[in-house]
Amino acid sequence: MNVRSQVSMVFHLDKCIGCHTCSIACKNIWTDRKGAEYMWWNNVETKPGTGFPTAWEDQEKYNGGWACEDGNLRLKSTSKTKTVFNIFHHPNMPTMDDYYEPWTYDYQHLFNAPEGPDQPTAVPISMVTGELINIKAGPNWDDDLGGSPIYAENDPNLRGLTEQQRQQLFAVERLVFFYFPRICNHCLNPSCVASCPSGALYKRGEDGIVLLDQNRCRAWRACVAACPYKKTFFNWSTDKSEKCILCYPRLETGQAPACFHSCVGRIRYLGVLLYDASRIEEVAKRPAEELVEAQRSLILDPHDPAVIAAARSGGIHDSVIESAQRSPVYKFVKEWKIALPPHIEFRTLPMLFYVPPMAPVMADLDSGTVKNVSGGLFHDIEEARVPTRFLANLLGAGNEGKVRYALRKQKAVRWYRRALTVGDVTHAEAAEMLAQADCSPEEAEAIYRLTSLCTFDDRFVIPPMHREEAIEMLADPLEHKQSTGFGFLTGPRRGL
Amino acid sequence: MNSASHYLDQFFFLALPYVAFFTFFFVTIERYRNRKFTYSSLSSQFLENQQHFWGLVPLHYGILVVLAGHIVAFLIPREVLWWNSKPLRLYILEGSALVFAILAAVGLIAAMIRRASVAKIRRVTTPLDWVLLALLLYQILTGIEVAIRYPWGSSWFATSASPYLWSLLRFSPDLSYITPLPGSVKLHIVNAYLLILLFPFTRLVHILVIPNPYLWRKPQVVRWYRPPAGA
Ligand code: SF4
Ligand code: SF4
Repeated sequence: MNVRSQVSMVFHLDKCIGCHTCSIACKNIWTDRKGAEYMWWNNVETKPGTGFPTAWEDQEKYNGGWACEDGNLRLKSTSKTKTVFNIFHHPNMPTMDDYYEPWTYDYQHLFNAPEGPDQPTAVPISMVTGELINIKAGPNWDDDLGGSPIYAENDPNLRGLTEQQRQQLFAVERLVFFYFPRICNHCLNPSCVASCPSGALYKRGEDGIVLLDQNRCRAWRACVAACPYKKTFFNWSTDKSEKCILCYPRLETGQAPACFHSCVGRIRYLGVLLYDASRIEEVAKRPAEELVEAQRSLILDPHDPAVIAAARSGGIHDSVIESAQRSPVYKFVKEWKIALPPHIEFRTLPMLFYVPPMAPVMADLDSGTVKNVSGGLFHDIEEARVPTRFLANLLGAGNEGKVRYALRKQKAVRWYRRALTVGDVTHAEAAEMLAQADCSPEEAEAIYRLTSLCTFDDRFVIPPMHREEAIEMLADPLEHKQSTGFGFLTGPRRGL
Repeated sequence: MNSASHYLDQFFFLALPYVAFFTFFFVTIERYRNRKFTYSSLSSQFLENQQHFWGLVPLHYGILVVLAGHIVAFLIPREVLWWNSKPLRLYILEGSALVFAILAAVGLIAAMIRRASVAKIRRVTTPLDWVLLALLLYQILTGIEVAIRYPWGSSWFATSASPYLWSLLRFSPDLSYITPLPGSVKLHIVNAYLLILLFPFTRLVHILVIPNPYLWRKPQVVRWYRPPAGA
C-alpha cells in the first residue's frame, strides 16, 4: 500500500442552475489574457449537447485518453515511437475552429462614425486577427438548447439509446436538459502528463493537483490531443499549453478555488481522498463496466488504523489525514456511493465526481393536461425523461446499475424528508423506500444535510498545504516562489 | 590571388564562423538560463491544421536527412570518399540527398505561403521569422544548385569542407581548402554561418530541446516538495 492524498471534488448536478458564475469567476482570475481568450478552464455545458470543444466526448474524433489492449494501457493519441514522428505535426490536434474564434466589438466606431442616416453599429472583430469576423460559434453557443437537432442530437452519449428512449428525450412537449459544469479532473492516471514529450506536466505529490510547467512546455501539443476531457488548452499567443490549476494559490491559503467559492447553486464540494497509488495501473486496466467500482476500491478509509499508519509512513501530515476524515467527497463517493466519475472509460481515473441529476418528474400529456404517472416506488426513475442509459454513458462507463443506485437513493432521501416535513408520504412508505435504496435513516439525514443545508465549511474541507514545510531549509523562499508559487518575475514573453 | 578576395575569404571563412559559433554558444546558454520560457517550437498548428501538414512535415523530414548527411560527411569523410569511389554509389548518394533537399524546399515554400496567406498565422509571425525563412530558403536553394551543378559535392565536402571545419575546430584555421571552391558553394557556406549566428535569437532553439528523455522516462510524472522515502 502506497498511500497518497488527493484534493478531490464532487459536483452535485441536481443543484446546478446553469448560471455560469463559476466560468466567469475563473475567467476573471486566470484566462482574461491575450492568447487565452477562448479558454474556459471551467465551462458549463447543456446536456444533451455537444459541449466544448465541439463533441469532445467523441474519442473517435479526438483520440484522447487511454486504450487497454491485451492487458496493456496505451495512449490513443501518442506513444514513444509515435512522438518521434508526430512532433512536426500532431494528427490529433484540435484547432481553434473546434472551440471558437474569440472576438470583441469595434466600440470605437460608435464614437467615430461619420454622420449618416443610420445608427452606427459595433461590428465584431476577431481577437486573433483584428479583422472583421462572421461569428459562427461562441462560448455556450448551445446553452439551454436541450432539444436542438444540431447540438443535442449529436451528443455522443446518445450512443446505444433505443429509438423509444431518443423520442423520450426529443419529443417537443417533453424536452429536457440539465447542466454539466466541467473543470480539469486532476486525474490519477492523467493522459496529459503521460503524453508530454518534455515532461512539462506533472502531478503534485502532496495534493495531486495536475500542473503544467510553463518553462518546460515547448509547444509539442501532445497534452491537448491526449486529454480526453479537452482540459488542456493551447495559448496561441505565448505558444504554450495551459490548464486549470485548481486555484492552488488559493488552496494554499485556505480558500476554495474561485469556481467553488462563487458557485451560486452551491453544487461544489472539495476535500481530500486518501488512495492507494500502487494500484493505479491495475485499476485503470479493468474492463469498462468494472471501472467505477474499481476506482472506488482505490480510495481508502481514512479512519482505518492501517491506512493511517501507512499514510503517516508515506509522509502524509496528520492534519491532512484529519482533513481526509472530514472530507465531504469521501462521503459522497465512498460511503453513500451517489457520486460517479465522468467517462471513466477514458481510463484517466478522474478525481472529480458527479451526483447524477434527478430527472424531472415523469409526466404524460393526457388530452392537454399534464398528469404525473407513478406505479411502483421507483417507477419514475425507470421511466425518467433523461434515460438512465444516457446518464450511464456519461457517468458510469455504461453501467446503468451505478446510476440507478444513485438516483434511487436520492429519491428515497426526498421521500423520507417528505414524510417528515410535508406529511403526504407515510412513514412506512418512506422507510420501505429507504430500505430498497440501501440507505439508513441516519444516512438519509446526512445526505439531506450535506445536500441542502451545507455551509461553506461543510462543502470545502481544505487540507493545510504545509508550504512552510515545503520551503523550509530547502530553498530560498523567493526563488521557490518564482519556480512553483506565483509564476514569473518577468512577464511571460513568447520567443521570437 | 588579389588581396581583396583574400580579405573577403578571411572575413567570411575565418572571422564569421568564430563569431557565429561564439554567439551560438553564448546566447543559447544565456537564453536557456535566463529566459527559459522562450525555448519553444512556437507551433501554430492550433490556428491552422491542413496546410501545416503539407508544409511542416516535408520541411522537417527533408532538412533532417540533409543535415544528417552533412554531419556524417563531417565526421567520417574517408568513408564517404570510399563510398563515392564508385560512380554509381556517388550518384545514389547525391540523388537521394537531392530528393530530400527538394522535399525540404517544397515544404519550406508551402510553410512560407501558409505564413503569408493565412490571416491567423500572419498574426503570430514576426519579422525575424521572415528573415529566418528567407535564409533557410536561400540555404536550401543554393544547396540544390550545388547538388545539380556539381554532382560530386559530397566528395568535396569530405575532401574540403570537413578538413576545413576540423581546422577551425582545432583553432588552427586552414583556408586553403576553401578558397578554390566555386562561388555557389561559398555562398552556401557563408549562409550557413549566418543561420548559426541567427539561431540563438530565433525559434530554431527548439532543435536544442527535442524531448529525447520521453523515450525512456516513466509515463507519469510526480513532483514533490519533499519526496517521501521510496517515492
Ligand atoms: S482532465 Fe485532462 S488535463 Fe486534467 S488531469 Fe485529467 S487528463 Fe490531465
Ligand atoms: S456557479 Fe454553480 S450553479 Fe452556477 S453554473 Fe456554475 S456550477 Fe452551476
